[in-house]
Amino acid sequence: MRSLLLVALALPACLAHAQETPAPPPTPEPAPPAPSSPAPITIASGGAGKNYLNISVDGLIAVGASTEPDVEGLEVGGHDPAQRGFTLQNLELVFDGAVDPYFKGQANVILQITPDGETNVELEEAFATTTSIPHNFQFKVGQYLTEFGRINPTHPHSWDFVDQPLVSGKMFGGDGLRSVGVRVSWLMPTPFYSEILVAALNAKGETATSFGSVFGESQFGYPINPEDVKSFGDMLYVPRYNASFDIGDTQTLVVGASAAFGPNGTGPGADTTIGGLDVFWKWKSARADKGFPFVKIQAEGMARKYEAADFPGFTTFHDHGAYLQTVWGIKPMWTVGARYDTVGGDIGIDPTDPRFQPRERTSLEGTWYPTEYSKLRLQYAYDGRTGSPNASSVWLQFEFLLGAHAAHKF
Amino acid sequence: MTPALSALTLTLAALRVVATTPEYGAIATAVGGDKTTVVTLAKPTEDPHFVDAKPSHIVTLNRADVLIEGGAELEVGWLPPLLEGARNAKIAAGAPGHIRASEGIQLLDVPAVLDRSQGDVHAAGNPHFMMDPQNARLVAQHLADAFCRLDAGGCAGYKANLTSFQGKLDAKMADWAAAFAPFKGTPIVTYHPTWRYFAQRFGLVSELYLEPKPGIPPSPPHLAAVMQTMNEKKVRIVLVEPFQSRKTAEAVASRTGATVVDVCQFPGGLPGTQNDYIALLDADVKAIAAGLGAAK
Repeated sequence: MRSLLLVALALPACLAHAQETPAPPPTPEPAPPAPSSPAPITIASGGAGKNYLNISVDGLIAVGASTEPDVEGLEVGGHDPAQRGFTLQNLELVFDGAVDPYFKGQANVILQITPDGETNVELEEAFATTTSIPHNFQFKVGQYLTEFGRINPTHPHSWDFVDQPLVSGKMFGGDGLRSVGVRVSWLMPTPFYSEILVAALNAKGETATSFGSVFGESQFGYPINPEDVKSFGDMLYVPRYNASFDIGDTQTLVVGASAAFGPNGTGPGADTTIGGLDVFWKWKSARADKGFPFVKIQAEGMARKYEAADFPGFTTFHDHGAYLQTVWGIKPMWTVGARYDTVGGDIGIDPTDPRFQPRERTSLEGTWYPTEYSKLRLQYAYDGRTGSPNASSVWLQFEFLLGAHAAHKF
Repeated sequence: MTPALSALTLTLAALRVVATTPEYGAIATAVGGDKTTVVTLAKPTEDPHFVDAKPSHIVTLNRADVLIEGGAELEVGWLPPLLEGARNAKIAAGAPGHIRASEGIQLLDVPAVLDRSQGDVHAAGNPHFMMDPQNARLVAQHLADAFCRLDAGGCAGYKANLTSFQGKLDAKMADWAAAFAPFKGTPIVTYHPTWRYFAQRFGLVSELYLEPKPGIPPSPPHLAAVMQTMNEKKVRIVLVEPFQSRKTAEAVASRTGATVVDVCQFPGGLPGTQNDYIALLDADVKAIAAGLGAAK
């Protein structure tokens, strides 16, 4: 009876009219155990697994200023602060749940308000993951943030800083590397955590900037005109390996290597290769309260080889970038962090394109989490750019999270 | 235990059991005996709401035959991504190897309305039900039934272990009830609503918390109100667990003439209670009864 009541109350329409009823008095003796039949298939996240679908809404808002008036040119991420004053970085709607005994499904729809006041809708992710393929395999199919390195597969609201690392913007553009495709992963039978993932994806579109990209764009000064798919070689392939080791009871190390191979849009036969290495270390107190105190260090480096079609033949460019960041969770709900970003390498044939100019950035942040469902973050960043003035920026970021949001990966 | 070592020992037993928190691990050990190996994910000294979803836990879960979780949302922040990574059909939601300990338990504090302005409320109710030893008795029964279904050959052993565990628990129950007999209706202060089931079982009143709302850190105005109520109702003990702020508890206790009592909801969180639910309850009962007795 009570479970029926809860189901009804979980519906927002009913919530408005719900009378607050006192909880029934506790029975002195607990009921005998229920017959141990298998529980119904639910995702145990929010609503006590009483809904077929979890829904959450996450709002991310920034306010601040920079000595650089062109904030959109300064920040490399599509969901970074876009102007002096206020930016609604994103409003993320997440739907997730069990499809059936064989698949889980998730869709992330992003709403964003541009500096012109337009509302953009972006289908960020929509994918299904298998749950019961034998021999430790798992397939994922749909549109998703590709598992390359540590930052790329994650959403802006789970980042430790207000904006995305410079190297992500350089290699993957403002919205990360994501495309429609399929990924298979194998959890290896080693005593430690060891996983191999291989993805095959469409190589075209604005979320595959280093690869097919979009007609009218440019890379290293070369105009882009992507080809249609003629063979398996015209797809984007993203392999990744990652392993993890516990060091004693309180420390964890995760190391990974990723690569992405695919055609680029400068002309027939032109290919791009990106390689990346990442490392993550975390210490967490054995007496952690709400997960604090902790210290974590994360670093990621990438290098790109870009063949631009120069008829006849190719001109090859090399560039690279990296970031190193550390966050200290001082006491429950308070963190401070620092990040160093660097990008460099070949500029290409268009010296006016700021994306290919060497650059360094140092960011400092402090965050207060009133609860795990909201946060207030202050960040200062100093940009050292080539060909553009250096810039100081201060941002205050606020996040609110409503509903049952799937827990994040480590 | 290192993952390498646990992987090695996991291969030798009939049932490889993984428990989310240490009290389930302890009871699984008592019921499973030498037919099972048991690995626990959360440490007894850490906040069970915020355990890291470490990759090594994925490996542990990948090789498990049985998973025991509370099933009342305590682990909701970290278990789902681990299960997704583990890709183990034996312990997937709904599989016979996936045991939700809260099934069949009458939970307290079930919210009438799901509203996070009331703090970190759990839709299923208060998940700290294992602090009532009668609930532990039911969970032990539940585990024995599940182990029998999964390993029919070991069933007689599981049943014998269950009888032995319940016998010890019943004997201790009488001692524990006697220890609290002089304190019927005595109010206690706790940090979080962790001791509601314990208080109900032993006739104490647990309605005052240092947290203003579940999961919300103590604030000065709330603590002032708590201290005033403590003075009015003559509350004499403040319970604190290993991961909670002892400093806050001490400040409240020193201003109200109360005593801070160190307790834990998990075996291993107090000295001499490693992997032993009955020893843990015994230590908790003794500490709380001693605190109440000294204050009399």
